[in-house]
Amino acid sequence: MALSTPSIFEHLTAAFPELTLAHDEAAPCIIVPAAGIKDVCLQLRDHPDTAFDFLMSLSGIDFADGTLGVVYHLASMTHKHKLTLKVVVPKDAPHVVSVEKVWRTADWHEREAFDLYGIVFDGHRDLRRILMPYDWEGHPLLKDYEVPEFYNGMKVPY
Amino acid sequence: MGLLSQQYDDGNIVLTTAEGVLNWARLCSLYQMSFGLACCAIEMMAASASHNDIMRFGVIPRPSPRQSDVMIVAGTVTLKMASRLKRLYEQMAEPRYVVSMGSCSNCGGPYWEHGYHVLKGVDRVVPVDVYIPGCPPRPEALLEGWMRLQEKVRTFTTVRPKATDNAAA
Amino acid sequence: MADLKENIAEHIESGRLKTDELILHMGPQHPSTHGVLRLELVLDGEIVVKVIPHLGYLHRCFEKHAEAMTYPQVIPYTDRLDYLASMNNNHGYVLAVERMLGIELPERVEYIRVIMAELQRIASHLVAVGTYGLDIGAFTPFLYLFRDREYILDIFEKTCGARLLYNYFWVGGLSHDVHTGFEKEVGDFVKYFRPTLTEVNTLLNYNKIFVQRTANVGVLPADVAISYGCSGPMLRGSGVDFDLRRDDPYSIYDRFDWKVIVGDGEVGTLGDCWDRNMVRMKEMAVSCDIIEQALASFPEGDVTTALPKRIRPPKGAEQYARVENPRGELGFYVVSDGTANPFRVKCRAPGFVNLSVIDEISQGHLISDLVAILGSIDIVLGEIDR
Repeated sequence: MALSTPSIFEHLTAAFPELTLAHDEAAPCIIVPAAGIKDVCLQLRDHPDTAFDFLMSLSGIDFADGTLGVVYHLASMTHKHKLTLKVVVPKDAPHVVSVEKVWRTADWHEREAFDLYGIVFDGHRDLRRILMPYDWEGHPLLKDYEVPEFYNGMKVPY
Repeated sequence: MGLLSQQYDDGNIVLTTAEGVLNWARLCSLYQMSFGLACCAIEMMAASASHNDIMRFGVIPRPSPRQSDVMIVAGTVTLKMASRLKRLYEQMAEPRYVVSMGSCSNCGGPYWEHGYHVLKGVDRVVPVDVYIPGCPPRPEALLEGWMRLQEKVRTFTTVRPKATDNAAA
Repeated sequence: MADLKENIAEHIESGRLKTDELILHMGPQHPSTHGVLRLELVLDGEIVVKVIPHLGYLHRCFEKHAEAMTYPQVIPYTDRLDYLASMNNNHGYVLAVERMLGIELPERVEYIRVIMAELQRIASHLVAVGTYGLDIGAFTPFLYLFRDREYILDIFEKTCGARLLYNYFWVGGLSHDVHTGFEKEVGDFVKYFRPTLTEVNTLLNYNKIFVQRTANVGVLPADVAISYGCSGPMLRGSGVDFDLRRDDPYSIYDRFDWKVIVGDGEVGTLGDCWDRNMVRMKEMAVSCDIIEQALASFPEGDVTTALPKRIRPPKGAEQYARVENPRGELGFYVVSDGTANPFRVKCRAPGFVNLSVIDEISQGHLISDLVAILGSIDIVLGEIDR
């Protein structure tokens, strides 16, 4: 049976009282603390009522106010419902617990968020850059990122 | 100057220079390195497939740079790819030619302004003989570029003209 | 020296002769990597022990561009993500923005979008099957399939003026109406095209060599596919009955009568390379069905009535829209901060996720089988590296 985000939230608060529900009619989501995301995800995946077996997307985001975020879009193939989870971390210490052991999809998505935003996923088995060269400096999707003048002797700006 | 312009009426005799024969042979069998980068590579494939059939120009895609004469840079060259592209170019045997296909490899294309990881023009790492504009260029544009390259090969000389020759002319 | 001999003799006797592992780099320039993918292979002789993909050789900074452009200006960049399926990419992005703005589309726009998206799906699968044959060593089907693809591109060109990258779907509608005679041309194409599928089946898919190269190779079990997040023909080839056009309906796909194609392990194991390829073949016929039904009830009307003058979604609005791309689930996560530029656009590329499973399914196969596996995933580097 497809559940709405508030009813899933009700479901979760019994085990995880520290969650908050962001009240937005168009795009409701659940805010999860960075350290607890893996347990919440395991519960969501394994409980037969929620059964979120499919991680659609995992995106890093720079809120431009000194915080970074990670947004998880989950879907269930059996119940056909969807859920959005959000984690907000300070920009100077961006540590989030990895969910790569929960869904293997998260493996490369977390590497990408690390590459482009510098968010460190604790417990990830192989956290390397994925898109940018391994010797690149900085994380280019941050809002205050400045493009280097040269890379390996090649001029970068036009 | 066409190769057959100084042909005798009867008999299989053609008068030309050794250079003319070499260039003619070369321009009719320019082997292309099969090396697709991005969107333009699909148009390059379309050019070698049924409707356009670039093989009638003697173009055969070769998988190895050692066996090929022309590198078509078909698509966006990124900073990560640039060093590999240069190495591939250096592995080709001379005389070698580079065709820059599409806006991205000409000058960065739509990625020129905010592309922090895009090389703004392949001519920053390898010398380019023919530029083909378009995003992506049609297969017909690639054929046109190919004919321009053939013109270039036709006028190739192994003996470099001396500076005094130019002064006399 | 004597020690070594004894050692080897002992190993051979016990049947566990340990050979050294060899590391081989495949790509970025390699004919079968379909672009600029680099695979680092750990080999034991010719047997693949581990595959480590290295991406990013075509990282064109799409997400940075999206933040610097206005909403309509992002559409041409979505074209260039998956350059074999530009229409479908446009669709995913405009769907996300339309949901943020709450736009209702005219009937005719929805019909044209579905027809265009399905034609594009056929064109994309034609390239996928054709180049797959090329990887396996069959050159002729490639020419047959590219011949038919050109007819689709001709229709696109007449309507939007471009062969490959269209910028045709706009937020709230289309850039302009279809050309005169569009319905007849599409109808004629579908009629012409159906026999090609039978032709290719006899020429390629049931060819003994092709079957031997692809059946029982790269078997992907359904639970692994779901855990890795595979989608599209990759997931359906493993026998999972899931298609976003039916299970998370968007546009007007729920009005048509069509069925989801699922692999059945006809010549080998369920979820092998042959199944994935066959799903693509059968999906082309399904796309033809959808197009025919859409043409039968094609409405008249104006396609530009819902185009907004000013595209500024409210501050804090966000939307994740997903569509069924030829390669799988294409998702766009768009966040607005109330200005004319998106605050964040994340593209969930199907190829990116599908490719991550390659290490899992190619272990224990030969290098030549790895080529078959890679071809059956049908990757497009433009969307993987973005």
